[in-house]
Amino acid sequence: MNAPDVAAFKPQDFKSDTKPVWCPGCGDYSVLSSITKSLAALELRPENVAVISGIGCSSRIPAYTTCYGFHGVHGRALALGTGLKVARPDLTVLVTGGDGDGYSIGGNHFMHACRRNVDLTYIVMDNHVYGMTKGQASPTTEPDWSSKLSPGGTGVRTFHPLVIALAAGANFVARAFSGDPNGTAAIISQAVRHPGFSFVEVLSPCVTFRPEQRNWKELAHAASVAQTDDPVRAAHRVMTDDGFNIGVLYAGKRTPYQPPVGKSLDGAMEKIEKEFLL
Amino acid sequence: MTVRCGLSCSGWRHSYCRTEDFLNNSDSFDAGGVRSVSIALAGSGGAGVMTAANLLLEAAARAGYYGLMTRTSGPQIRGGEAAGLLRIATHPVHGQDDRFDALVAIDWQNVGRFAAEIALGPNSLLVGDPAQGDPPEVYVKMGASAATVPFKQTAKGFPGGWPNMVALGLLAGLVGLPFEALKGAVEKSLKKGGGDALAGTLASIKAGMTEAGRFTSMKRLAPPSAPSRRWLITGNQAAGYGAIRGGVRFVAAYPITPGTELLEFMAPALSKAGGVLVQAEDELASINMILGASFGGVPSLTATSGPGLALMIEALGLGVASETPVVVVDVMRGGPSTGIPTKSEQSDLSIALYGLHGDAPHLVLAPNSVADCLRTTQWATRLAEGLQVPAIVLSDQFFGQARAIVEQPEATEPGGERLRAAANTTGYKRYALTPSGVSPMAIPGTPGVTYTADGLTHNEFGTPSSQAADHIAQMDKRLRKLTSVDYGEDWADVEGEGEIAILTWGSCTGPAREAYERARADGIQAKLISMRLLSPAQPEKLAAALSGVKRALVVEQTHSAQFVRYLRAEYELPCRLVAFNRAGPLPLRPADIHSELLRVSRS
Repeated sequence: MNAPDVAAFKPQDFKSDTKPVWCPGCGDYSVLSSITKSLAALELRPENVAVISGIGCSSRIPAYTTCYGFHGVHGRALALGTGLKVARPDLTVLVTGGDGDGYSIGGNHFMHACRRNVDLTYIVMDNHVYGMTKGQASPTTEPDWSSKLSPGGTGVRTFHPLVIALAAGANFVARAFSGDPNGTAAIISQAVRHPGFSFVEVLSPCVTFRPEQRNWKELAHAASVAQTDDPVRAAHRVMTDDGFNIGVLYAGKRTPYQPPVGKSLDGAMEKIEKEFLL
Repeated sequence: MTVRCGLSCSGWRHSYCRTEDFLNNSDSFDAGGVRSVSIALAGSGGAGVMTAANLLLEAAARAGYYGLMTRTSGPQIRGGEAAGLLRIATHPVHGQDDRFDALVAIDWQNVGRFAAEIALGPNSLLVGDPAQGDPPEVYVKMGASAATVPFKQTAKGFPGGWPNMVALGLLAGLVGLPFEALKGAVEKSLKKGGGDALAGTLASIKAGMTEAGRFTSMKRLAPPSAPSRRWLITGNQAAGYGAIRGGVRFVAAYPITPGTELLEFMAPALSKAGGVLVQAEDELASINMILGASFGGVPSLTATSGPGLALMIEALGLGVASETPVVVVDVMRGGPSTGIPTKSEQSDLSIALYGLHGDAPHLVLAPNSVADCLRTTQWATRLAEGLQVPAIVLSDQFFGQARAIVEQPEATEPGGERLRAAANTTGYKRYALTPSGVSPMAIPGTPGVTYTADGLTHNEFGTPSSQAADHIAQMDKRLRKLTSVDYGEDWADVEGEGEIAILTWGSCTGPAREAYERARADGIQAKLISMRLLSPAQPEKLAAALSGVKRALVVEQTHSAQFVRYLRAEYELPCRLVAFNRAGPLPLRPADIHSELLRVSRS
């Protein structure tokens, strides 16, 4: 992240007047609150923050903030955010979305964004379902979860985003729970401050298509062990935990990717033309 | 605001030769020589064919000539047989001639497979090394006179001698290039060598030039015209540099033949110009990266070919809806699917014009010469920025990978700046319904005018809306941006007068122009129209250009006559169209177009 601006903005100042389209009880309301709390706590100004998303319920978040936003096409939010951050390293870039957007149609970009390690924060609101299209299995849906599209379940094993992120080289990996907005805000703040690609998986229930997720508040619990900078330990922990371990799992030390932005030289055009001139 | 959409350049056609330059076609003499010579140099991998061909082009440039070189090779990734196809002329040339005056082969291994690309005639020379056996029957059957030069044995006569340099000397002698020009080109390429390597190379070249003296039937080039400032450039370099001159400072890149060299040119060039390039994981990423960078206020570009363009189409719709300017250069190749990646075709025309989902007005432009790749891409960049809309530039493999000696293009004036919103504008509406359709764009970092760019239908503020009124108002606005401006004279190159016309675009323009000039030399009154701005269509301008025309020959390199279909769909045509369309990969020859034009003129 960049140097904080003068503190003047409260969480409410980061909320727009646009009314969310989400169902009552959706976890994403809390995540929106966590984001605005975090931006205020980080003492950022709305015009210096860009919230970038793809398609899905959670991807509607940009317009609910007073930051600059780009609501793009399905699955490509990380590519949009990468282009923006590389071209404008002065901005703070948050990329937001859901499990279908990020892990299915956008899976390739997720992997390569982890590898590339651009200094941005990726917040995934994971509810293990496609909500906007009314209840189909996503990559994080249990294989036996039955739906109209996959009666009796998909039979396909679930995708483990945190392990993938670690393996692909994300520099910061955390799990949060929407039922704890203050805890989530603190994790997002830490993620934004941490250099490089920060990945925050937020368990955010879909009370409409996965009403059983209401019990996540009983299952979620704080991690009993402190974060590590050792990806092997982090991977072992996350592969053996119960999936509801909340906290920062891994904070690495890789140098963020910023391809050299050239300096505009005097007579740059003449220098380029020299290559062609006879 | 005023969007200046024409290229304010008086010298637009400067890179083309004047009409009289063409009145003598390649076979005719002028002041002691011909105006154009076409030669091919072939051989197996490792024979140094391309090194020699490139040196020949450089030597021709040093001697004050113009020229164009393309290459062809076998299916191997690296190595394998190759041929350099050169045309050297006293005037700028934009395409290949009908036939080659000479084919010189260092060896004949697999060279027969280039027969379709290297057409020879009764006046052509066919030269090989006697130690390499007889030339392939396919070339002999074309009627060329066969001869031999012992390249390998001659090269053995000098320490540091090379057979390909003997062949280079032979070709230079056949063309009529002075030894000094070759020496200069060789010295430049051997910067670090010198000594024996240089002496052996120069001795080989001299020996080859001496051999050329035997072939008196081959017509030498006329002396060069007064040399002007010229460039040696590929279409890919020209397009890339045009984009930089147009303001592009961010590029996202995913490699694909034949667009890769454009991207490779950009990496170091951007670093000089204060820009940045990112290699993306796929074309879906590269198009979205440039949308993100452009949203951040930085003019952005990617280059690709047909399959990559297909992947980018969804995001181009996002660019239209969110009014985010980007430039995509499609260096077209034979399609569909992987097709013929190393050969040219114009068959992405339909997808570029009509491939987007929904109603998505956008720009499509096409350069019509190697040098024009610079101008048109620069223009496309400025139009995209000025109108806040994606632009597709349809270049092709022929332009992209051809090396041409061109007149240095004149610098055009900057213009078509993006209209930016001022900080703290009261009641700021990103998608305000303005008379021109263009509304000020807030750039992140600007306080008091934050907004969310959206691919969802939205109202003037950018707030998502599914209201019919918002949908139609925004659609009208997006179309109005493109239709309410005057694109000036640059929408097409129009030449001549007559009842017969050639209507063409892109890399068909070179051979079409030669056919047109030959027809005029035959005494046929004809007109040539080469369209540069394909979308938005310019029906009034084309109607004016076609006034008095009764029959138009439509020349294009597609199998399904995509350009004819486009013309029929978008224009009220006052004349009868005759399609002359051929699929790639062979370039259209001037003679084919010329005879078709004669047929049309008699019909």
